[in-house]
Amino acid sequence: MIEVNDLEKRFGALHVLRGIDLTMGSGRVTAVVGPNGAGKTTLIKIILGLTRADSGIVRIDGKSVGADDDYRSRIGYMPQIGRFPENLSALDLMAFLRELRGSDGSADEELVERLRLGDELRKPIRTLSGGTRQKVNAVLAFLFRPEILILDEPTVGLDPISSGIVKDKILAERGAGRTVVLTSHIMSDLEELADDVAFLADGRIGYAGTLFDLKRITRQNNLERAVAAMMTWGKAA
Amino acid sequence: MNTTLKVARYEGSNVLKSRWMLVYTLFFLSASYGLLRFAGSGTKALLSLMSVVLFLVPLVTAVYGTVYLYSAREFTELLLAQPVKRWQLFTGLYLGLTVPLSLGLAAGVSLPFFVSGFDEPGLAGTLAVLVLSGVALTSVFIAFAFLIALRYDDRLRGLGAAIGLWLVLSLLYDGLVLFLVAAFGDYPLERAVLGLTLANPVDLARVMLLLRFDISALMGYTGAVFQRFFGGSAGALLAAMMLGLWVTAPVALGLRAFRRKDF
Repeated sequence: MIEVNDLEKRFGALHVLRGIDLTMGSGRVTAVVGPNGAGKTTLIKIILGLTRADSGIVRIDGKSVGADDDYRSRIGYMPQIGRFPENLSALDLMAFLRELRGSDGSADEELVERLRLGDELRKPIRTLSGGTRQKVNAVLAFLFRPEILILDEPTVGLDPISSGIVKDKILAERGAGRTVVLTSHIMSDLEELADDVAFLADGRIGYAGTLFDLKRITRQNNLERAVAAMMTWGKAA
Repeated sequence: MNTTLKVARYEGSNVLKSRWMLVYTLFFLSASYGLLRFAGSGTKALLSLMSVVLFLVPLVTAVYGTVYLYSAREFTELLLAQPVKRWQLFTGLYLGLTVPLSLGLAAGVSLPFFVSGFDEPGLAGTLAVLVLSGVALTSVFIAFAFLIALRYDDRLRGLGAAIGLWLVLSLLYDGLVLFLVAAFGDYPLERAVLGLTLANPVDLARVMLLLRFDISALMGYTGAVFQRFFGGSAGALLAAMMLGLWVTAPVALGLRAFRRKDF
């Protein structure tokens, strides 16, 4: 479970996060949505420790995240763009991350098999297509059986079959009690995957709760329209 | 193995396998071979190689280092999301680039000499000083490149800054020194010039090398002062310490920037 309390972040004059309070539960998929520039990426980067908050607390399973870097061994992160060292192979990358994480347990190679990466794993990354790189990106996030998955646009660049496989995997991990945090611009994906929605606008939480309640409150029957309604209300307010 | 070495090993292996690395090594190999073959003597070949190394190493390493860190931006973020400390990642990235480029330079420059043999007196020592100066300049300019890439998020500005730095330290600085010498030629400037030499890593490497070639007599009284200063053990120690400072200061500043940076 990830808890965020009173998170504040400024970039110079830009006030990106204004007192964010949010809980992302285990065994649930939480979608972080909102207009461009709302602070979604900054929020995720603060949870990962890539960006430092000006104030506020991030807790992972009740433990405050501070100077200790070890908490990241429990997180699997899939960045939006899978750009890797061009001359290494996917197998090299897997070994690299395994060494960094000091992981000695068995790796979860289900995605390697289901995405049919096979021989592609041995080729230098520079020879792989954009879609295959994105598959490698997904494999790396799930590989070490992390308790927390942070996935930034996980289906972008994937063909429909691969996208379906990754979505199945996300749902299976949720079933296994993992905490999954998602961002995506593909609302149908979020509709399919998300239990909870955190709607961010202008650095504030506009809505945090279940997808079901969001649709009920906005009186819309799909997520896309519900989010659009939230954005319109935000502008009107 | 500690984290710094793990990062350095994988990043270094990526750099070693790159085409750039091959071109860089082959360039020095062919320059060294060609000069050795046509210059007549090993010492003359080294003198010409010195100019090539002092001119190209700062330029190539500053530009390549900057471009490298920019293109590794997304992967650096993925590495930062692993349980590693920022200083370990930074030093790993730095070594992963500096060590292969230094190896490429050292191999390219020295292999032809090893093949043709060291039959002239002092040749091996001068070659060693040339290679070490090249390695020192590689370390200095990659550190500056990292500092620049961390300072500017805009890649074009960063690249401009890297080329600008090379331009200042390799060309404009000497112009300024020449101007000062010409303008204040009536005054005893030896100590001032000595100080200015210490304050630029490229000049420092050049002077340390020139003194190995026994041509300091050509530089007149200044040459004699330099010979006395750098030829003595205290001067040589100071020069080595200054080169060390030129490596550690930008590395330390880069590390500070890397630890504080919001990615």
